[in-house]
This record gives sequence, structure tokens and C-alpha cells, in this order.
Amino acid sequence: MRLEPRAHAPFWLNLTAPIAAIGLAFAFCALLILWSGAPIIDSYAALLRGAFGSTFALTETLTRAAPLIFTGLAAAVAFRAKLWNIGGEGQLYAGALAATWVGTGMVHLPPFLMVPFLFLVGAVAGGLLLLLPVILKLKLRVDEVVTTLLLNFVVILFANYLLFGPWKDPLAMGWPQAAPIIDEGILGTLVPRMRLHSGLIWAVAFAVFAWAFIRFTRWGFQIRAVGYNPEAAAFAGMPIGATVLRTALLSGGLAGMAGVCELAGAKGYLTIDISPGFGYTGIAVAMLAGLHPLGVVAAAIFVAAIYNGADAMSRAMSISNYLADVLTATALLLVLASVLFVRFRPQWR
Amino acid sequence: MDILEIFVTLGFWAALVRMATPLIFGTLGELICERAGVLNLGIEGIMTMGAMVAWFWVYQGGDLWTAVLVAAAAGALFGLLHSVFSVYLGLSQHVTGIGITLLASSLSYFAFRMLLPNVTTPPKIDPFKPFAIPLLSEIPYLGTVLFTQSPLTYLAFALVPVVGYGLYRTPLGLAVRMVGENPLAVEAQGIDVHRLRTAAVMLGSAFMAVGGAFLTISVFDAFYIGMINGRGWICVALVIFASWRPGKALAGALLFAAFEALQIRVQQASSAFIPYQFFLMMPYVLSILAMIVMSRRAAYPKALLVPFRKGER
Repeated sequence: MRLEPRAHAPFWLNLTAPIAAIGLAFAFCALLILWSGAPIIDSYAALLRGAFGSTFALTETLTRAAPLIFTGLAAAVAFRAKLWNIGGEGQLYAGALAATWVGTGMVHLPPFLMVPFLFLVGAVAGGLLLLLPVILKLKLRVDEVVTTLLLNFVVILFANYLLFGPWKDPLAMGWPQAAPIIDEGILGTLVPRMRLHSGLIWAVAFAVFAWAFIRFTRWGFQIRAVGYNPEAAAFAGMPIGATVLRTALLSGGLAGMAGVCELAGAKGYLTIDISPGFGYTGIAVAMLAGLHPLGVVAAAIFVAAIYNGADAMSRAMSISNYLADVLTATALLLVLASVLFVRFRPQWR
Repeated sequence: MDILEIFVTLGFWAALVRMATPLIFGTLGELICERAGVLNLGIEGIMTMGAMVAWFWVYQGGDLWTAVLVAAAAGALFGLLHSVFSVYLGLSQHVTGIGITLLASSLSYFAFRMLLPNVTTPPKIDPFKPFAIPLLSEIPYLGTVLFTQSPLTYLAFALVPVVGYGLYRTPLGLAVRMVGENPLAVEAQGIDVHRLRTAAVMLGSAFMAVGGAFLTISVFDAFYIGMINGRGWICVALVIFASWRPGKALAGALLFAAFEALQIRVQQASSAFIPYQFFLMMPYVLSILAMIVMSRRAAYPKALLVPFRKGER
């Protein structure tokens, strides 16, 4: 087989290829459902109900989508500049740690200032954490994929130390959790009696911001240029190092805000399981969205729906909810391949 | 216990050799892939898959050595999948690798939960017993440390010269190294670049899976969720530390295992002063430090991360 670039991709192909890929992913997971001895149609119906079937299901899906939008944006922005930030998970924890540090009584501000302040602190922490591997990359050509990955483990162990040690809340009945965020810093709920909080609005606002930033600003243009062709960008007089550093601050900052979103929105206090892998799932979200910031919102809701739906399905049908991870991973790989077939025509010989 | 005393205990040295084993398998596997020009970030998931299938094979009553083969086959299968995306379709190796890791580990966990529903304590199996090599194991000190180990440990150490010989002294090894440096030159020799890279990735992935299998059917006697715990990523760092050379990879793995073995013992001795989490951080911090130290001398295979498409240059 060889691949020939297409001069023009037909419009229908752009649309149907990713949908067909996601359909294939569902078909593959249908085999796994069959293997666990559950009826396929009923199981997927349970998944759909669990994701969107009621106000509760819908709001829970959106609650889960909010941090995924942030981590998805973090990956999308970085990958646009070919900066392989796989450290979203660690940056999320860094953001949550920093916000816990200032948000549990150290700083008191009125609510309309306290919430932005917490997001800012979280973003700074996440951005600074990514700065270390990026400086190593720029100065010493140390591969950032491995360093960002390894820092995830370091940061989570550090959070673990704080939660079991100095930050352990004596009022938490022995549970390893930090003191609660002060009331002024808590994100308000959007729907009465549901968990859905204004973190979702923050997330969507930042998606629009990231899109406009990359699309319309000079710095955004430089990010895209460095990603497409760093030599050409350098030849055109663009500051490669500065662009990569800016990308790192933006990407790490967005991931840090995912931590604040969960901390001040969904949980209210820091626990060691504040993220069930949002940082890693964010990479899948970004790729499913084709690295487009506005697409990230849709992809995050899609992935959140799969996870919440799979939780409901596993309760109803006794299928392990790891199916959600399998479904996301399969969809990621197949959508990647489908996008390739839009750009290239396979020639069988 | 004094820190210096640790170094004279046999247990420390034996543990070092044991802990190095999965790292040797993983690092050699990653090294083969990268020498052929393919970064395989699927390693973490492939090790998980190897650990799961090998454990399950033995749990079902299978033989230990067949379990190693089954794990290797499963690893090769995921290597093939990696190649379809990264070699044949030429997709980003970073993203493909992350995708393979997500897929392989989630499939392992899914299968584990499906095969054993409603089990709270993971069921145990009969793992490999340490095998004392006759005569050699009777050497004082050295015998206990080096020659009373799991058979898989001997295999790992034996593979280092085999891979080194294969890469540097055989025509096939030359082709593998060349396809990582200059695939066009390989094609000019009439060798199929895609097939050669795929073969290298499959072999490397099989090594990784055996490294994972070592954990379940030799060290522990059960499979746990999250048991690889970043060992795969550490292997990726070790390949860079080793400058893509098998001998140095062995040295790196041993050095690393030494810190890990030391860490556990110092932790027990000094838990009063330093929280244990800081000891657990050490392998990851050391990997980063190792990469910084070696960064000046890092000579990446030239065609690493570059997909090859026929008729394009």
C-alpha cells in the first residue's frame, strides 16, 4: 500500500471519516460486551442513558467534561507547537496544590475576586511546572516527553506526602484530605441540587480564548508556525525559544486550571484521587478534536459521556467500566487513521 | 541500620539484580525499536499487557515458560498494531505510542476484571522459583547474588550480549541500525523499510511484554491494577541514558535497580526523619537527572520519529 496526497479532500469525506472511525470503535467494544455476556443493544442503551438520559446524567457528564476541556486545551495548544507535553496530569495536581495552599484560609478576597485568583494561582503553578522540562529541552535538548511523564509521578507523590502529612485535615475523620477551600473560592452551581458548577463556563470561555489566541494573534501565529516548520519559522525571524516558552506557560497553565476547576468546583477540598487521569485523557480529547480548541469542547463532552455512561452501564450490566478507557483509546487511534485517509489516498498495488 | 551496612548485606545485592530484570527487558526492547527509528511509547501499556496475560496463563494452569511465550506474542501483537499506525500509516509516533499504552493497559484491566469478577484479593499463582546454577551458586557471596536467581533474570542478562552481537555483528543488525539512521539507503539496498521497522518494533515489544511478565510470574505472584507504575517510562529514559547501546543499557538498569534497592532499605532505616514518599520519588527524579547528565552526548538515531513514505524525500 502507498499513500498519495489528495489535492482536494471531498467535503463528505471530512465529515464521514471521523464518524465512521468512532462507529468502528463502538463496534470493536461491542465485541468486548459480547464477550462479557451482556446484550449489546441494551448495554449501549444503558451507556446512553447514563450519559444523557436525565438532568442528573447530563449535568454529571458536563461536570466531568469541564476539567477535560482544560486538559484537552492544554494538550491541543502544546501539540500545535509540537511541544509534547504529556505532563498534564502532574500540572493538574500542581494547580490543585497551589490553589489549596492559598485557598484554605491564607488569602481572603470577595468571591468575585477569589475565584479568578485561585484560577490564576493554579495556572501559574501548572505553567511553572512545565517550564522546567521545556527549559531542559531548549538548553540541553533533553526530550520533554519523558521528563513531563516522569514529573507526573513526582508531583502526585508530593501531593500524597502533603495529604498524609502536614496538610491532613484533622477534622476529616482520618481521611487523607486537605482543609476545605473557603466559601468565597467555591465555584457556584449552575443547576439547583446538581453538582454542575461554573467551572464549565470558565472552561468554555478559555476554549474560545485559546481559539482566538491561536487564530488571530501574532503569538498564536508563531505557535502554529513553529509547529509546522521550526526551520522556516526561525528563518522568518520568529523567536523559536520564546514561542516554545510561551506555549509551555499557556499549556501548563490550562492544565493547572483543570486542577482548580475540580478542586473549587466538583470536590471543594483536595484529595489524592482528585483526578482519575484527566491529564492523560486530555491528550485523547485533544487528538479527537484535531487539536482545534473549539473542537476540544465537543470532544471533552463526548469523552465525558463515554466515561459517565460506562459507569452507569457497568452498574446495570456488570461490565467492567474499564470499557470506557478501551473505547476512548480505540476511538483515538481510529480517528487518527481516518484523518490520514482524508489527507491521503491509499493506492493498493 | 547504618547506610554503609546495607552494602555488605547479600539481600541488597540479590534484590538489585532482581529489580534490574524488568528494566533490562524493557530497555533492550525500547532500544531495538528506537534503533530502527521508531519511538515506542506503547511500552508502559505493553508491559501491563505482558504482566496480565502471563499471569492469567499460569492462573489457568499453564506452564511458566509457555506463559513467557504467550506474553511475548501478545507484546509482538501490540507492536504490530503500533507499526500499522506509526510505520505504515506514518502517524505521529508520540501520539500512536500514547494511544497504544492507553489501549493495551485498559484492555488488560478490562480483561482482568472480566475474567475475575467479584474478587477482592487477587488470586495467587506459583511463580518461578530461584534456580541455583550448579557449582556457580556455591561460590561464596557471588553465588547467592548472581547465580541463585529467577531463570528469567538469567535470560535478561543473556539477552544483552545477544542483542549487542545482533545489532553490531550481523547483516540484519546493520540493516536495523541503518533504517534508524537513513531509511533511503536501506531502500536502495532493496530492503523493505516498512517490513524491517515493523519486525524491529514487534521484537522490541515482545521484550517489553516479557519484562512485564517477570513482575507477575517471578517477583509477585499476582496481577494488580497499576502494577507497572511508570517502569516503562523509566526504560525510555534509560535508553537515552545508555546512548542506544545494549551494554550501557545493562549498566543503566543495574545502577537504577541499585538506587531502588537502596531506597527501600534506607526508607526502613530512616522513616522517622524523611517521609517515604520522597524515597518513592527517587527513581523518577533520578531518571530525569540521568537524562540531563547524558544530554550533551545524546546521539539520537537520525531517522527517529521520521516516518518513511515511499517515493517521498
